Amino acid sequence: MRIIGVVFAFLVFWIGGCKKDPIPVPPPIINPDSVPNNPPPPPPPTGNAVLLNFEHMVGSNQLIADGQLRYQTAAGDSFSVELFKYYISNIVFTDDNGNEWAEPESYHLIDHADTNSMKVYVRNMPAGNYVSVRWMIGVDSARNVSGTQTGALDPSNAMFWSWQTGYIMAKLEGKSPASTTVQNMIIFHVGGFAAPYASQRNVNPSFNAQQAVVTSTSVPKVDVTTNVLEWFTSPNNIQFNTLSVVTAPDADAMIIADNYADMFNVAGITN
Amino acid sequence: MKFRTLISTALCAAVTIVSCSRDPEIIPETTAEDLVFKVPQGFPAPVYTFQNNEVTLAGFILGRELFYDPLLSRDNTISCGSCHQQGVAFAHAEHGLSHGVDGLLGTRNAPGLFNLAWHYTFMHDGGVNHLESQPLAPIENPVEMDETVANVIAKLNASQKYKKMFKDAFGDDSITTQRMTRAFSQFQGMMVSADSKYDKYMRGETQLSQQEMNGLATFRSKCASCHTEPLFTDRFFHNNGLAPDPTIMDPGRMMITGLVADSLKFATPSLRNIAVTGPYMHDGRYQTLQQCLDHYTSPLYQSATLDPLLTSGIPLTAQEKADLSAFLSTLTDWTFINDPKFREQ
Repeated sequence: MRIIGVVFAFLVFWIGGCKKDPIPVPPPIINPDSVPNNPPPPPPPTGNAVLLNFEHMVGSNQLIADGQLRYQTAAGDSFSVELFKYYISNIVFTDDNGNEWAEPESYHLIDHADTNSMKVYVRNMPAGNYVSVRWMIGVDSARNVSGTQTGALDPSNAMFWSWQTGYIMAKLEGKSPASTTVQNMIIFHVGGFAAPYASQRNVNPSFNAQQAVVTSTSVPKVDVTTNVLEWFTSPNNIQFNTLSVVTAPDADAMIIADNYADMFNVAGITN
Repeated sequence: MKFRTLISTALCAAVTIVSCSRDPEIIPETTAEDLVFKVPQGFPAPVYTFQNNEVTLAGFILGRELFYDPLLSRDNTISCGSCHQQGVAFAHAEHGLSHGVDGLLGTRNAPGLFNLAWHYTFMHDGGVNHLESQPLAPIENPVEMDETVANVIAKLNASQKYKKMFKDAFGDDSITTQRMTRAFSQFQGMMVSADSKYDKYMRGETQLSQQEMNGLATFRSKCASCHTEPLFTDRFFHNNGLAPDPTIMDPGRMMITGLVADSLKFATPSLRNIAVTGPYMHDGRYQTLQQCLDHYTSPLYQSATLDPLLTSGIPLTAQEKADLSAFLSTLTDWTFINDPKFREQ
């Protein structure tokens, strides 16, 4: 009897010892603050730089992305905003002599939920009197086909489609009673980098005859407003009962991209 | 009594040792010499050239560790290796469709993994355009690993083991998506399958049997326009006349391009290792190679995008099918399938 017991004990031990650990380990609890994907921004520069200072507006109101139905489209649909973020890239400044200066590695993710991201310091610029600026809304096709990227373009920033390689150029989520989607959601993930659905849009918001004077000891501030309402009006008037979800590179994405191509305005320059 | 207990203890210990020693066979340690990427004779230039991502021993081992680690999934249960098993050339044995977290079933067959460095696109619909971007798709797919990339990076950062492995591979312990996927690319890019009996025949190292030779001749006249040698795929997308499964209604390539002209088209799979990578077709509907061959001699699903070469199927006699089966079996690469460096350690 005792022998059987011993044999049994060994059998248990033997089975346990040989088998690979089948018990799923519970996922570690992650503190989002400890995620080092986005290291703290470097200190503001003291010269040879321009600050593009973004402010998000809905018409004449400041954007409050709290999910409350605060806003109305040109078509008369009321809506809320819960999330608003977009890439600007390939920033080029032109000075009063016509010389162009392009920021190297020029990729910035502007996220309404992250106030740091709304202050874009363009660094290491040559001194000069800059009279205009242009940039791309979105990410150029080259970076969509070159494997995984880092920094603002890290796919962990939730602005990347893994099932269909490519960046989401701009993202807006909220709700509208006019939307027939579940929970009246409005979801606009605009992307696509290749024809016929290339969603990048090049913009050059006017300096209105002002100049940004860059010296080794000055950092002019260019105040840029981004108007959410432009997503839903001109050239295409959007009604949420007919278009409330865009989540792929397609014709609807082009409609929204065409709309938001004029969402930026330079409100003023402080030298 | 004491003596008997001792005997039984010794007996059990012996049983334990014997039974255990069969299991953990000693896997030869991978060395840097095993990690030289060679373009096999007759292969085209690879698409993935390991630019900015030179294969190192530490990087390869990190990629292997990640490949077999269920940490990548939302509930830490599913690894890449769950559905890509080396014994069947990294396909999923006996699974037409694979199950991910919570037992959720996918809609497409897990393909074998090899010669990935020669591919322009990945997945049956070609939705992924770069070897480095590929691992992100199963990680984020809700019926596969259902995890966010950000959370995977956070989990890796919480692991002392991975901090050390990333440091060994990349010089410091910063863990980013790019580094993770580059380690994956080192491991998966090294998966080269070019040592089958067919390859040895092509190199003049062995002979094929008469039936295998007949099969090769039939293959070249009737199959090779899409399953082009030496990769045994043209790396394009075709509609091969499979009726859409009404429970899935998979549009194939059209899902990616949005073009009606791409409806029901899927990436041409390589026929290398085909004898071991069943079930077959993008949805795993066929269990045997015979069923695949029979498909092409049966009435095909007629649609506007059916490949022009297949409008009347492929005429094959029973003898030709038998010859083709014999030839296709020569494409199994046991060197690759048994290569210890790809094994879970």
